Amino acid sequence: MSAEPDTVHRVALRGRLGRRALLAGAIGITALAMVRPAQARPGLDAAVADFAGGREVQAGRVRFDIPPLVENGNAVGVSIAVESPMTQLDHVTRIALFNEKNPQADMVVFHLGPRAGRAAVSTRVRLATSQTIVALAEMSDGSVWSARANVVVTLAACIEDLL
Amino acid sequence: MRSMINVPKTAKAGEIIEIKTMIAHPMETGYRTGTNGTTIPRNIITRFVCTYDGEEVFSADLFPAVAANPLIAFTTVALRSGTLTFAWTDDSGATQSESVEIVVA
Repeated sequence: MSAEPDTVHRVALRGRLGRRALLAGAIGITALAMVRPAQARPGLDAAVADFAGGREVQAGRVRFDIPPLVENGNAVGVSIAVESPMTQLDHVTRIALFNEKNPQADMVVFHLGPRAGRAAVSTRVRLATSQTIVALAEMSDGSVWSARANVVVTLAACIEDLL
Repeated sequence: MRSMINVPKTAKAGEIIEIKTMIAHPMETGYRTGTNGTTIPRNIITRFVCTYDGEEVFSADLFPAVAANPLIAFTTVALRSGTLTFAWTDDSGATQSESVEIVVA
């Protein structure tokens, strides 16, 4: 009979410690999750400037097809077509996509050459939230051209990240 | 990994042909957390290369922003009859290759 209150007390104590540890842990995880995206990635303009490597980024010559409103950010179809004769002397060397608000600015980089025939590519990307997407094209003469699109996303990809 | 490749069987010399490729891959971003709170390790395809008779005609660098089961569509010029080879490489270093024959008249 004498052992009973002791057992009850210990159980209660354990319960309290457990809750406290859990709460501290939860705060820690929340803090980590909030800090990580902010320190992890460069901004959209920085990513674009990095791709251009100091060259001027001109608007035009790139046709960028992406739906203005998407329901599911997990797979968004995009097509990029660049005005270029695609000859040995004048062709597109790279086509790249950059985003504003995903955890990482880079999305995809395509390497093309005169053997591509046409500078037209398509793929599917993830969008974490409504944001601006930039398509860039680097030509064989070194010039860099771009097109921008704003996309509204109703159901985001990587929802876990945003909580 | 299962892959799907769409290339015309025949083409005229000099014709620009459209190629569509898709491969079954989770493209795990490395940003998601599992049920026990630990981060699910990143596993994505980082590189895709298309060669025409051994010569590289198209390639792509992929990042976590590419959707699962990556679809890549592009074009190439059908110069002569030959083999188109497609290779995907993922984070684990595994490369999967598929080849398709094309007849150019």
